Amino acid sequence: MTTEAGQEVHPHYPKPAINVETQPFWDGAAEGKLLLKRCGDCDKTHYYPRNICPHCFSANTEWFETAGKGRIYSFSVMRRAPVPYVIAFVTLEEGPSMMTNIVDCDFDAVAIDQEVKLTFREAEGGIALPVFTPV
Amino acid sequence: MGKPGRAFIAGAYEHPTRHAVDTSVAQLHAESAIGALADAGLTKDDVDGYFCAGDAPGLGGLSMIEYMGLDVRYMDSTDSGGSAYIVHLGHAVEAIAAGKCSVALITLGGRPKGAGKAPLPDYGNDTPDIGFETPYNQNIVNNYAMAAMRHRHEYGTTSEQLAWIKVAASHHAQHNEHAVLQNVVTVEDVVNSPMIADPLHRLDCCVVSDGGGALVVVSPEIAKTLGDRCVKIMGQGEASKTTNRGDIDLTYTGAVKSAPIAFEEAGLTPADIDMVTIYDSFTITVLISLEDLGFCEKGQGGKFVSDGNLISGVGKLPFNTDGGGLCNNHPSNRGSMTKVIEAVRQVRGEAHPKVQVPNCRFALAHGTGGLISTRIGSATAILGRNDA
Repeated sequence: MTTEAGQEVHPHYPKPAINVETQPFWDGAAEGKLLLKRCGDCDKTHYYPRNICPHCFSANTEWFETAGKGRIYSFSVMRRAPVPYVIAFVTLEEGPSMMTNIVDCDFDAVAIDQEVKLTFREAEGGIALPVFTPV
Repeated sequence: MGKPGRAFIAGAYEHPTRHAVDTSVAQLHAESAIGALADAGLTKDDVDGYFCAGDAPGLGGLSMIEYMGLDVRYMDSTDSGGSAYIVHLGHAVEAIAAGKCSVALITLGGRPKGAGKAPLPDYGNDTPDIGFETPYNQNIVNNYAMAAMRHRHEYGTTSEQLAWIKVAASHHAQHNEHAVLQNVVTVEDVVNSPMIADPLHRLDCCVVSDGGGALVVVSPEIAKTLGDRCVKIMGQGEASKTTNRGDIDLTYTGAVKSAPIAFEEAGLTPADIDMVTIYDSFTITVLISLEDLGFCEKGQGGKFVSDGNLISGVGKLPFNTDGGGLCNNHPSNRGSMTKVIEAVRQVRGEAHPKVQVPNCRFALAHGTGGLISTRIGSATAILGRNDA
């Protein structure tokens, strides 16, 4: 969405709740990366990221960088908002699905199974927020 | 696995207010308790077990126990959002069967309208999941809308089909003098109402209201002394459903687990159920619940709810005969308490004559609490007439 002056208008992105366990995810985002966790024992990936693997309870989990590509699993265009926006679940190439926003596109053309790629928005407090845009 | 009739609902009361301008949350709880105890023919001194969820002010149940001047030997403050009161119902049965209490009071009260509060609480930085959701402007409507969008994608469910759920609720609400919305609406009214979050229109959403409700659950021995208005608790089941470590599937809810438990305990099947009350935060919540509860095949919910099939006196499965959350009320943004209360009215034969299901022997009450696309608690209860 743009104003008449051609300047893009974004919704306000609330500041994420961050704690000691999730800080690396946001540090990665600040470097333009979408980080996920994989378990060194059962080799499975999960989302949202946790130090303890929710598949096997192992503490042997490690961060890795995703390719930043996926498909829309489901979405909704939030029409009744000061600035409309698209909320979605995107299924990443690495397996897990994550809640996100779809940006920089015609909202009426957003569709399930659409291919999307990683980009970023700035949330409150200057936090880099991973979002997606159609390929 | 339990069996039917280990406890009975002796009292049920729905607070008549819909906009509590000058009534506190604690007072709403207490007024609801007074109503339910009077309905049961008991006093507060008979209460030895107290159950509440997060809408009760204070630490667990302690503040409300103190406010009401209770003295109990059993407490449970399990919170699973709007489904909590059907969870409490099952927990009360177990506590009574175990001899931990014999008169259990469950209360709900809230004034989201009077207080003008946003319905999503601030869970704080230590909550592990929420940081990955709130920055994306998740709210209750768009969270449920994503489930509706996926259902439409997989099964072709239409806005018109969803609208039939609201139409049915409105047909019932016209007979409820307390309902927030008492006008009968059409499918066209629903699909032509403003789009809030695709594909959910304004009339796909429940109302925001203040209010409260309470239940009194008693042992079989006490029920015998109180007469045949006591409603037999046939069975109850509860379940969690989450984002499943990122393996998202929005086409079903925890009802796929809670319902079979309740039916097995009751020794019944969906074909035995005369009417249902289903927490209707949105039309899609009802549609997916009906499928998960076993009233139709997965994906056939749209067809099942169409053409008035949920309207009392018209369709095969009357639902939410008080108008439900879609039309009647939604105290504290939590819907399962009022679902149990209307199911109690039905099996007692005390619903409004225009919506009373003839010879209603078994009613099913179901709640979905939390956010359907992320994490929810589901709870199902099957109630039977006193002689069932």
